[in-house]
Amino acid sequence: MKHTIALLVENKFGVLARIAGLFSARGYNIASLAVSETLDPDISYMTIVVEAKDEKILEQIKKQLNKLIDVITVTDFTKKEHVDRELILAKVSYCAKDKSRLENICAKFVGKVIQRKGDTAIIEAVGNLEQIKLLLEELNKFGIKELVRTGKLAISG
Amino acid sequence: MKGSQILLESLKREGVEVMFGYPGGQVLPIFDSIYDSDIRFILTRHEQGAAHAADGYARATGKVGVCLATSGPGATNLVTGIANAYMDSIPMVAITGQVKSFLIGNDAFQEADVTGITRPITKHNFLVKDVKDLARTIAEAFYIASTGRPGPVLIDIPSDIQMMDTEFDWPKKVQIRSYNPTLLGHPGQIKKAAKLIATSKKPIIYAGGGVITSGAHKELKMLAEKISAPLTWTLMGIGGFPATHELSLGMLGMHGTAYANHAIMESDLIIAVGARFDDRVTGRLDAFAPNAKVIHIDVDPSSISKNVNVHIPIVGDAKSILTELLKEIKKTPNTLEWLKTVEGWKKKYPLVYENDNKLRPQYVVEQIYEVTEGDAIITTEVGQNQMWAAQWYKYTAPRTFISSGGLGTMGFGLPAAMGVKVGCPGKTVFDIAGDGSIQMNIQELGTCIANKINVKVAILNNGYLGMVRQWQELFYKRRYSQVEITSPDFVKLAESYGAVGIRVTKKEEVRAALEKAVAIDNTVLIDFKIEPEENVFPMVPAGQAINQFIGGLA
Repeated sequence: MKHTIALLVENKFGVLARIAGLFSARGYNIASLAVSETLDPDISYMTIVVEAKDEKILEQIKKQLNKLIDVITVTDFTKKEHVDRELILAKVSYCAKDKSRLENICAKFVGKVIQRKGDTAIIEAVGNLEQIKLLLEELNKFGIKELVRTGKLAISG
Repeated sequence: MKGSQILLESLKREGVEVMFGYPGGQVLPIFDSIYDSDIRFILTRHEQGAAHAADGYARATGKVGVCLATSGPGATNLVTGIANAYMDSIPMVAITGQVKSFLIGNDAFQEADVTGITRPITKHNFLVKDVKDLARTIAEAFYIASTGRPGPVLIDIPSDIQMMDTEFDWPKKVQIRSYNPTLLGHPGQIKKAAKLIATSKKPIIYAGGGVITSGAHKELKMLAEKISAPLTWTLMGIGGFPATHELSLGMLGMHGTAYANHAIMESDLIIAVGARFDDRVTGRLDAFAPNAKVIHIDVDPSSISKNVNVHIPIVGDAKSILTELLKEIKKTPNTLEWLKTVEGWKKKYPLVYENDNKLRPQYVVEQIYEVTEGDAIITTEVGQNQMWAAQWYKYTAPRTFISSGGLGTMGFGLPAAMGVKVGCPGKTVFDIAGDGSIQMNIQELGTCIANKINVKVAILNNGYLGMVRQWQELFYKRRYSQVEITSPDFVKLAESYGAVGIRVTKKEEVRAALEKAVAIDNTVLIDFKIEPEENVFPMVPAGQAINQFIGGLA
């Protein structure tokens, strides 16, 4: 099962390496990771999505994160009300006759066409996991040439 | 003040009396300041020796041990010593020089990414990039190293930072917003624990290194006596409870006493104090103490429910929790029957060896106890020597058994003994060694002689890497692969360093040799030519339940 954990950490060099090292040393894979400064420039916010086979592993992960000197708070969103979103950029195959079809799909699912160039259109979309999944299924019908995702961002709700 | 002077002044403010280390290119400014400092500096023969000496000093005194090395190879030579301190939660500050800050990342001469290398083996580490941060960083390093669950902290200081000038600004108080170890146990949890203890019929106390770190040995004894519970300890917990006490069961686990293992397996309540249910203790996890409820007292929340499920966790400092728990226990359990059962195991499965006329290692260790009247501090190397030292010497006080528990570092004993002797100059310090391990840091004899640090080294010399040989004998059909090891003439070697060497080949020579060694005001190395194929028993094969013994009477 995938779990979403949010961290407030000191905004210093080496902090990301400490956190990443904690996962890699135990053979845990990070599914996604998003980091940026908060309103306080000394503090960064991280949203980490991690695969944990059972509760016990998740507990260990949280305790080990809490032990790191540079980690200020650890929030597990697994059983906590929260809102999450992800941003994607997708390059899809495109020709002029697809224009309205593509725009309809985007309007239906949280996306928008931000660039058209030759036979390629770039779609930007923001949504939760399910919305992004549905959009990608639709876009796949056009042919996705390239896809980049920010990873999940989560905030308590 | 220059960075290097700030460093020395800060160490002084932290109460550092001695440091162990080795000079080099990127710490030249620091050594120039050491020239003017009244902090004692002990030049070791290898940086690994410096790290283990700082570690031994910390274990024996409870103070933070300090070691110092140059960049690159100097720093990487500290790595084993730092990992060793990390595994056993030893407060240590390691200071390393780094190449000039503007050269970092350029593969400069003697450059290594030391904060990167030591990240998973330190409690925390720092790379100082501004001389203005130096004093505060040192204060934070000592604070982190010595509080909560202690551990090593490394400070990497580029040589240009050591030369830069700034005002010395010593922080009045260290406060780190993200680091607040829990020290006081939760009162509700302590109440629950007291209730569970009252209703237990077969309680056992399982004490680890946390008892010693926290200084909770008195409270531990009061608890055992108050609830009449037998008590067993881990390798790290040795000395936390007197081995001569009637409730003592000795060490448990792979080479623990049979009666300690039977007792914990049959118990209905385990009170774990500052111990972490390591695999060498629990054996096969799913078979471990199947009927026991567990109360776990530990300062590190991540130790709780890591290996075994805990019914009542109490996070905090062992000493303060035990003090509160003692107040809370109003009704004590009736353990008469239980103690009788335990006594039965003690009689049925005593810790024994064949005490014939051969020179056996267990006898040597017993005689060290006799000759020093149990008042020595013992360090060990790793392997059979370590287990015999743990089994056959009766430790009655904390900080008297100094051994590499978690990491199991061969070569630890001699440099650690050096650090112990520096910290406790009035004590007789014995390194109980093997012929393999002693050769891993034997160069530190030079440090002992040069600094008049008189330690006694008892080499249990069997011509083998004994513990590996034992495993090959028992589990690999005696196919002895690379376990025969030659040694130099240890007597001549000792003499060439300026120490005293004694060779003992017969049982009847043991006592006199030890008495002579203790009386001589010099470092003495005794080469005991012991029975080559003596095994450490009892033994629980790795991965078995801990009441499944081989060997001995168990």
